[in-house]
Formats: sequence, C-alpha cells, structure tokens
Amino acid sequence: MARRVTARRMVVSTVAAWFFGGLIFFPILWMVLTSFKTELEAFTVPPSFLFFDWTTENYATVQERSDYFLHALNSIVIAGGSTLIAALIAVPAAWSMAFAPTKRTKDILLWMLSTKMMPAVGVLVPIYLLFKNLGLLDTRSGLIAILCLGNLPIVVWMLFTYFKEIPRDILEAARMDGATIRRELTYVLLPMAIPGIASTLLLNLILAWNEAFWTLNLSTSKAAPLTVFIASYSSPEGLFWAKLSAASTMAIAPILVLGWFCQRQLVRGLTFGAVK
Amino acid sequence: MGQITLQGVHKSFGQLDIIKDANLDIEDGSFVVFVGPSGCGKTTLLRLIAGLEDVTGGRILIDGQNVVNVPPAKRGLSMVFQSYALYPHMSVRGNIAFGLKMAGLPRAEIDRKVAAAAATLNLTPYLDRKPRELSGGQRQRVAIGRAIVREPKAFLFDEPLSNLDAALRVQMRMEVTRLQKQLATTAVYVTHDQVEAMTMADRIVVLNAGRVEQYGSPLELYEQPANLFVAGFIGSPKMNFVSGPPADQLGAATIGIRPEHLRIAQEGEGWPGTVSVAEHLGSDTFLYVDGGALGLLTVRGIGEIHLKSGDRVWLSPDPARLHRFDKDGMAIRH
Ligand SMILES: Nc1ncnc2c1ncn2[C@@H]1O[C@H](COP(=O)(O)OP(=O)(O)OP(=O)(O)O)[C@@H](O)[C@H]1O
Ligand SMILES: [Mg+2]
Repeated sequence: MARRVTARRMVVSTVAAWFFGGLIFFPILWMVLTSFKTELEAFTVPPSFLFFDWTTENYATVQERSDYFLHALNSIVIAGGSTLIAALIAVPAAWSMAFAPTKRTKDILLWMLSTKMMPAVGVLVPIYLLFKNLGLLDTRSGLIAILCLGNLPIVVWMLFTYFKEIPRDILEAARMDGATIRRELTYVLLPMAIPGIASTLLLNLILAWNEAFWTLNLSTSKAAPLTVFIASYSSPEGLFWAKLSAASTMAIAPILVLGWFCQRQLVRGLTFGAVK
Repeated sequence: MGQITLQGVHKSFGQLDIIKDANLDIEDGSFVVFVGPSGCGKTTLLRLIAGLEDVTGGRILIDGQNVVNVPPAKRGLSMVFQSYALYPHMSVRGNIAFGLKMAGLPRAEIDRKVAAAAATLNLTPYLDRKPRELSGGQRQRVAIGRAIVREPKAFLFDEPLSNLDAALRVQMRMEVTRLQKQLATTAVYVTHDQVEAMTMADRIVVLNAGRVEQYGSPLELYEQPANLFVAGFIGSPKMNFVSGPPADQLGAATIGIRPEHLRIAQEGEGWPGTVSVAEHLGSDTFLYVDGGALGLLTVRGIGEIHLKSGDRVWLSPDPARLHRFDKDGMAIRH
C-alpha cells in the first residue's frame, strides 16, 4: 500500500526539510555574504545580515594579491588529473573483481581499504623526503600522484559495489543474444554502470578538490591549488575574514557549479525493473 | 530444425558432481520439461545446453553437430530467464531487437520482425516503454518476445512463470504452450511445479540429484513410474507406499497405490483404518487415514464423502493400479 500523505504532514515535512537544508547551507551563505562586506563590518557584533554596504573590493584585492586563476587552474589539473588516472586504474580493477572474482578478491579489497586506516600525517615525513629527492615538491604531477593514490582504494570500493549490483543474468542474456564481449561492454554493461561510475568520479573530484593535507604540505606556490590559496588568508598575524571569505567563495564556486549540473547523474536506480 | 541430444553429459563444480551422466534425446519440435526437487541440477543442465556452462564430460549434439565447444550465441538457441533479465536501459523495442541487431540484420527487417513478435504477444502498445514501466506479466512477455524474434532452433525456459501470481501463471502457461505449438519450435522448460510439467510437456524428464530418473510422456510417468522416486514425485497428492505383509503377498518389497485408486469399501473388506483428518473441497474429498501398521494413507474421493475424523473405514486398492517395487526401489513389470 502506498503511504498516505496528508496535507498537514506535507507541510510539516516541507518546513522541516527547508529548516535543516537552511541550517546546513547557512555557513556557506554566511561565507558568501561576508565576502561582500568590508573587513570592519565582517567583525561587527551583532553581525549584520543583509543590510550592509555591499562591496566587491575583497575580490579585487584577493585577485591582486594572489593569482586566483593560477591556483584555480592548478586545482582543475590536480583534481581532474587524479580523478582521471584513478578512473583508468579503478574501473578495470573493480570490473574484474566484480565479474571474475577469485578466492583472494575479498582480501585484496580489505587490504586496499586498510591503507586508508593509517592517518596521513603518520607518513608525512617519508613522503615529504621521497618527494624532495624525486624533485616532486611543488609540482602538479607530484600532487596528482599522491591524491590519486590516496583516493584509489575508495574509488575501487565504490565502483566494485556498483558493479556487483549489475545482475549476471542480464550479461548472460546478452551473450545468448549473440553479443561479443566488446558489444556486451558497450551496449549492455556500460550503460548500466555509467550512473555508478559518474557518481564515484564526481565524489572523487570533490574530495581531491578540497584535499588540504597533502596539498598544503607538498606545494607552496607554482603548483599550489585553491586550498593553499585559501589558507594564505588565515595568517597568524591577524585574520582577514572578508578576504578569507572571498577567497573561499572563489575556491568552491567551480565545484559547486559542477555539482549542480551533475545532480541528475547522481540519481541512481537505472537498473530497477530489470529483474523482478 | 532443433534436435538436441545429450550423450553422457557430466558436470562438476570443483569436487561436486552436479550432473552425473545425462543421456537424452529431445526431438525436433517437442516440448520437454525438466522437473525435480530444488537443487537437483535442472538449471545446470539447461545452462549446459545453452552453453552458459561448460560440460566436464560428454557430448551435446544440436542437429547432429557436437556443440560443446561452440559459444552460446552460435548454438542458435534462445533462453528465457527466471528473472526475465531484460536490459533496463533499453525500451521494449530495443530489448526485442537486440539479438537481431547483434546478428547484423538490416533495419527494415528488424522492424518488421519486432512488430510481428510484439503483435503475437500483445506488446504493441508498450514498445516504447522501459522495462520498469511494465507489470510482471508484461515483462515476462517481453522476455519471451526477445526469445522468439530470433527464430531459434530451440527455446530454453528456466522457471519463467515462477514470479507470476497463480491466475496469470495459468494464463501464461496456456500462452506459452500455444505459441510453442504454433511455431513448432523445440522447447526445453525447467520447472519444479508438477502441474506445469504435466500440462505443458510432450515428454518429461524427472531429475533427482543430478541423475535422470525417467524420461517419458506425462501419462507414462503417471501410469508406469520407473522407480520409487518418480512414483512419489509425480502425482498430487503423493502416492501411498506400503511395505510389509501386503507387499510380500504380491512379491514386492514395496507397493504403491495412488490416493485416487483407493476405494472406500464395505465393512470388513480391504485394509482397516481410522480417519484422522478429512478435507472436504466439494469436488473432492481428501481423507488421511491412519492404517495402523500400514502407516498413514491418503485417499482421494470424487465428490462429497460423508466421513469425519475418528470414523472407521475400510480401504480397498484397485488391483490393476497397484505399483510394485523391488528392494532397490525399481518398478517390477509384469
Ligand atoms: N556455479 C556453481 N558452483 C558450485 N555449485 C553450483 C553452482 N551452480 C549450481 N551449483 C550447485 O549445483 C546444484 C544444482 O543447482 P541447480 O541450480 O541446477 O538446481 P535446480 O535444480 O535448478 O534447483 P532449483 O529448483 O532450486 O532452481 C546445487 O546443489 C547448487 O548448489
Ligand atoms: Mg533452478
């Protein structure tokens, strides 16, 4: 039986949803608002909400003091590159683990995950030394490599669980229908796997975009992504709230826009209806 | 043409022997049903014929050609899966056309064949829907449409109706039978529902623990079961088995008598017993009679029989319908 939705219930749940949505979104909203205030106004108590002198001066200053576009480009290259390489490795890996598992598949998956159980800071010194000796400090390729390796276990795990859910019967039906392996891949498997792959990669992209530990420690200027750019505004000599907010807003804007457009890709349930 | 022959087919998964020496001759155009208890290897045998599993030993011939090394698609068979296994991202049209597309048929011919198959199965109004927008029965018909459109040498069905409700199952049972007769294409059909087996089959294969127990027409299996297993498996309610003195008198280790062949007799005639449960269905009456040393006997009477729990009855078996089995459980023929 379908659940009955009364008008009152509808109102209550709508209000609650907006309330919690607003609560979660509030810090971001506040940050955007602050970025349009003067440094002085950013500090006033009680804080002013909407009625203040709107100014875009922070954005100008931030762009003047540090090159936003260089850092944004670095972020795109590093997050995009590490995601792309992770996909190239993880898709075939998860594929074979899901469709041709061996006795050791489960162990390998767990072992891969176990690498994520160690805090990153525990290996900072050896990694730093490695990077230094290999000349990878403050290079994009170095950051791509470390972020890719860091996220790979999660990506493989997520893809594995998505692929696992594709019913085998459908693949066998395709084989009975005379599809060669290549056609089975392109016409049957891939279309069913795409939502899973897309949402995994999007998540990986966001994680890499916002990754702050390795990027802050292994890059300073040339290859520094937006995280480093933001951090440069929270200096110990005194916080510049408005400028920090402006920098942060600029830093998250691209990923926010991307996330908005990918929403539909993230909705799953494509396999529903295939099997009873 | 669609003649399928199994010669000494054997299949094991690791150490486990699942199919032990299966020999069968499935004639072109016939409807053959595999029945047996759960886990006896019906699906495995079907998948061996389909080519989705490789045989461990033996030969599978389709129209006289050994196909054990031929991939599934090249065997010219089509299969209907229990789960339907429709392609979720394709429309009904896409699902039915997929096999033809893979075969590289020209567009016009594909369209014509798909339209014909859809018309046969009353699917024409749904051609542009996705599988998730169809009911269970409609999905089932799409799965069947996908199978018939390729004009295969034989259809393989693995419990295709088990996800449907009882009424729809009866209807689809008739539709499948009608379609198969109309197309005159060989069909191999797996089920564990013996009513399906008895009503649909030209010939039935009774499987038990990976062995073919008997292969014959529904009535042969009913009238002349080859052994105790088949005797007990075919027929509902189950055949009564009696051992001891009544069996010894007839020179058998066990005798079997179907519930419908036990007559309620006059006082003092036949085997005495006490009714323990009486089920009155109107059209039939089922009596479960405690026969003392004979054990619990099931009696099926036509129409209403006015007996109730605790009543004393005498049962007389129809001598022409008695089945005799030796100590190994094999039928003794006269
Ligand atoms: N891939 C496999 N690996 C190992 N054992 C298997 C495999 N497939 C099937 N089996 C075993 O083979 C036996 C027969 O399985 P099968 O699926 O053929 O039974 P079935 O007669 O179709 O049963 P059901 O009526 O329940 O569908 C079972 O004991 C099952 O556990
Ligand atoms: Mg089965």
